[in-house]
Amino acid sequence: MLRAEEVTVRFGVKVALAGVTLDVARDEVVAVLGPSGSGKSTLLRVIAGLQRPDSGRVLLEGEDLSPVPAHRRGIGLVFQDHVLFHHMDVAGNVAFGLRMRGASRSEIERQVHDVLDLVGLRGFERRSVATLSGGEQQRVALARALAPEPRVLLLDEPLGSLDRPLRERLLEDLEALFAELRVTALFVTHDQAEAFALGDRVAVMREGRVVQVGTPDELWARPADTDVARFLGLANVRDGTVVRPEAVSVRNAGARGAGDGVVEGLVRHGPTVRLTIRLDDGSQLEAAVASLHHPAPGERVTVEIDPAGVLVVPDNAGS
Amino acid sequence: MWRTVTYAVPLAFLALFFAFPLLSILERGLRADGSLASPLDVLTGPLTRDVVWFTFWQALASTALTFVIGLPTAYVIGRFAFRGRRVVRALVVVPFVLPTVVVALAFLAVLPAGLERGWIAILIAHAFFNVAVVVLVVSTFWASLDRRVSEVAATLGATPARTFREVTLPLLAPSLAAAGSIVFLFSFTSFGIVLILGGPAYSTIEAEIYNQAVRIFDLRAAAILSAVQLICVGLAVWITLKLEAAVAVGAGPRSERDVLRKPGTSREKGFVVGALGLLAVFLGAPLLVLLERSLAVGDGYSLEAYRELARPTSALLVTPWEAVWNSLVYAAAATVVALAVGGLAAAAVADKRGPRALDVLLMLPLGTSAVMLGFGFVIAFDRAPIDFRAEPWIVPVVQALVALPFVVRIVAPTLRAIDERQREAAAMLGASPGRVRREIDLPIVSRALALAAGFSFAISLGEFGATVFLARPDSPTLPVAIFRFLGRPGEINAAQAYALAVVLMGLTAISISAVGHFRVRRSSI
Amino acid sequence: MRVPATAGYRQVHRLAGILALALALVGCGGDKSPREVILVTHDSFVVSDDVEQEFERETGIDLEILMAGDAGEVVTKAVLTAGNPQGDVLFGVDNTLLSRALDGDVFEPHESEALGSVDPTHILDPEHRVTPVDHGDVCLNYDKEWFAERGTAPPRTLEEVTLERYRDLLVVENPATSSPGLAFLLATIARYGDLWQGYWRKLRANGVLVVDGWEEAYTVRFSGAAGSKGNRPIVVSYATSPAAEVIYRDPRPSEAPTGVIEDSCFRQIEFAGVLRGARNEDGARRLVDFMLSKRFQEDIPLAMFVFPVIREARLPPEFVEYAEVPERPLELPPEEIEANRDRWVKEWTDIVIR
Repeated sequence: MLRAEEVTVRFGVKVALAGVTLDVARDEVVAVLGPSGSGKSTLLRVIAGLQRPDSGRVLLEGEDLSPVPAHRRGIGLVFQDHVLFHHMDVAGNVAFGLRMRGASRSEIERQVHDVLDLVGLRGFERRSVATLSGGEQQRVALARALAPEPRVLLLDEPLGSLDRPLRERLLEDLEALFAELRVTALFVTHDQAEAFALGDRVAVMREGRVVQVGTPDELWARPADTDVARFLGLANVRDGTVVRPEAVSVRNAGARGAGDGVVEGLVRHGPTVRLTIRLDDGSQLEAAVASLHHPAPGERVTVEIDPAGVLVVPDNAGS
Repeated sequence: MWRTVTYAVPLAFLALFFAFPLLSILERGLRADGSLASPLDVLTGPLTRDVVWFTFWQALASTALTFVIGLPTAYVIGRFAFRGRRVVRALVVVPFVLPTVVVALAFLAVLPAGLERGWIAILIAHAFFNVAVVVLVVSTFWASLDRRVSEVAATLGATPARTFREVTLPLLAPSLAAAGSIVFLFSFTSFGIVLILGGPAYSTIEAEIYNQAVRIFDLRAAAILSAVQLICVGLAVWITLKLEAAVAVGAGPRSERDVLRKPGTSREKGFVVGALGLLAVFLGAPLLVLLERSLAVGDGYSLEAYRELARPTSALLVTPWEAVWNSLVYAAAATVVALAVGGLAAAAVADKRGPRALDVLLMLPLGTSAVMLGFGFVIAFDRAPIDFRAEPWIVPVVQALVALPFVVRIVAPTLRAIDERQREAAAMLGASPGRVRREIDLPIVSRALALAAGFSFAISLGEFGATVFLARPDSPTLPVAIFRFLGRPGEINAAQAYALAVVLMGLTAISISAVGHFRVRRSSI
Repeated sequence: MRVPATAGYRQVHRLAGILALALALVGCGGDKSPREVILVTHDSFVVSDDVEQEFERETGIDLEILMAGDAGEVVTKAVLTAGNPQGDVLFGVDNTLLSRALDGDVFEPHESEALGSVDPTHILDPEHRVTPVDHGDVCLNYDKEWFAERGTAPPRTLEEVTLERYRDLLVVENPATSSPGLAFLLATIARYGDLWQGYWRKLRANGVLVVDGWEEAYTVRFSGAAGSKGNRPIVVSYATSPAAEVIYRDPRPSEAPTGVIEDSCFRQIEFAGVLRGARNEDGARRLVDFMLSKRFQEDIPLAMFVFPVIREARLPPEFVEYAEVPERPLELPPEEIEANRDRWVKEWTDIVIR
């Protein structure tokens, strides 16, 4: 449905995108995951038509979009920090795209009402956008992009500027919304949890290139290289060997002098606890434990690794 | 295409109605004796040196004094919501449009003996005239700055003074440069004020040009001095624009209602009352003198002079109200022209890729000798297809020339401060570039545009500078009527002159407060 | 032409025209029909509506008036556009500026038939390139009440003004910036010849106050103007000023509150002329003739506060009673004024101001 083909963008000597190719199928949500500066936002701007590529092209339903200006592409974009129109109220913002399309007044009113309903902002029509909370603003931005029913929806760090509880709630809302609307969407994020939660597929970007594309499971099962593995949150990466934290089981070393290392750190992530263990050979190992009875920091532990949780990937430590 | 239009139209306008006539008269003047002689004799004359020096320092000092008096009020209006805020904004502009002679006469009456004549009186009068520029331009910009920025500075341990110096001032800089350059130019080319309040010992370049061109009829000296003035003004403008560009910072413009709040602490309340009180005395005293004189008839006070405005008078042979109507018509036309051309120019100037020269060029009419420009018109537009010399529309066109820099200086900073992503967001929603300008840029700058319109209208109403020297058809305008009455002996004449000045004050206040009421439609289904 | 009731409507049309033209940046000016004559004049020119209409009715020519600044600017513009003028007739060049206009070859000779009834002393150009239209006098005025209250007599001559008892009483306009100021300087030169500088040294020693213009001198500094808080009872103004003090005071006093020192008066004559290269030369000649008609001449006093030049013109009663026409006003030949004006003003500045 949407295809970016060999897209290259240079800013002076810096190469922002180096021949990126990416496909998004109909009704598919693709997450572009990468650290800041990896070129993911530039890719979004190229697809939106806000940035002209130095080479390569963007195809939508087989049509080459190169000669089509941004406002005729029928693509919706949700900006990172909302970029709402402060000179209009909520309804004015949401109605904007419909008005540009020349929709009738009654159609606009109905659609604005429906979309606001959809994003959970029923009755917000006359509110000034300046009086809204960050989450509400993001919902308005989303409603604004959805209202004209774009062929493809692009989202730039849609939850980036929100605090954690809000993020998690909005994440669920977005998941439900995407499922309900069956939209074709491409969104960029630096947060793997977000990418895995929302993306049917995830494209990992690094230094202007797409280094791996796959479903969350595929990525998780087989990261393309050690960097990807690290970025996905796999901490135990050494010399091309990756040990999944959940494959590491930990027991208190009963007797003094026994065991393999000492617990150094402990962080709870919801139902799981991440332990950082300093092994006796000086290296670190991370373990994800679901049990409520876990060793405390300072305690010596014995470590066991499930061989199914060990993968060997290309090592790009040098690059 | 659009970018081409934004600078092509203003350039064509300036080329036709400014550069062409001005260069015509300069060329004629410099060739006065048939050949181009070295201008050194005029340039090195001791009189020239004195006049140029005085013109410079008095303009600088006047600008500084105007800031000292205007900034506290700009702060109060730009930061606080209080009852009567709009009224203050409107009243501040009143002095700006009054004919210089009227104001000078009022000052002679107000200033204490000993101070009423000399350079101090000149500086005070310049500040009186121009304080509106500082208050309106700076406060409008101030009101669009995020208040939280200075609050952040405070939490980082900066004292209020330090916060002002290191955070607020740099943020305000573009508007300070804009207001400062306009005040400087008005003071630099001041004429009537300097002659009347300075006394015979003081003269500016502008006054000397008039003297050489009209009294002594030495066009060559006048042309050389005009060129000197133009170069000085060009340099001054160029420097302020450099400053403006060097310090320009992107501060997202916010709507006033997010920024303004009621003065909270007693210290803030005290500051608001103090600043407004000070300004009220400074601006009010001369204005009250005008009001008093319009009412003083015989031994007491009456509305006789105002009643007389409805009767045909021998000084005009139409009723003075008709003169008022003529002024309104001209001012409306001039405002439309200034907004159309100035709006485009502001777009060109705000475009970072646009030519900087246009910015300088736009300011030059303010710093050009009005009398020489007037002469330029009669010799430049003297052939068949462009013989505009007797056309009535030339008057609003020239008024627009004077109003243009205001439109640009007021609108461009706001336009520049628009987040580019606002336009991108609109484009993503299907708005074509033209639609983006209409739906995004226009509403966001509409307040600035409205302010610019108010200024243009007020300037044209007062028929500032240049148009006094142009040929006008026989429909007397308000300032002409004031001069006529003032130029005749007799009690009722004087009272009517002052009564018309009061009418001019009222019209100005009304037009500016009408602008203050201007609201963008916030909902737009 | 100017009917109040329809003025608004006409203005709206004019506005529409202005906008259309200005915005399109095109114009086809200059297409003046020969049925129109343009009078170029200064800001102080006034003519009664019915007089203007009478001209238009009599001749079938529309009269357009173009105000081109003060008298000095009007003449300068005429010189700059000599041969290709802004209009058809110029009115407002006076004897202090006449030579500049004549040297500039601005006018076409026109000997009006009505010249016969004009006082010959007003006809300064034997070639009739200009026609006298009105005259007035710049004179010292004094405040009658001020002198009466103090029991002193006002000065009667120029010379007496320099006496010790009139110390700090005189206010004059700067001749470099003011037309009556220049006229008064010329008066002293006409009276004292080469010795004029000595006279001004005495005036300076006697505390003369110099201000920029007439408005300040008369309405602010002079004690005799109605409503003025000034403290100078002698001022350079016009011979008609006492009449104005009567006409524009309510109720009218029986006697003028100010007087004129006749000995100090300098004659100013204003001329009109057909501009060389006029588009409507015939209309221009008829307009100049009309300006010498009884109808126009009798309109002059109350419109512009100066005197008509034809003997047949009847003066309004206020003028007969309160305005002074000096018997022997001071005069200087225009050529002499033109040749020396700048030097005189410079020398005056050195003596009185520096």
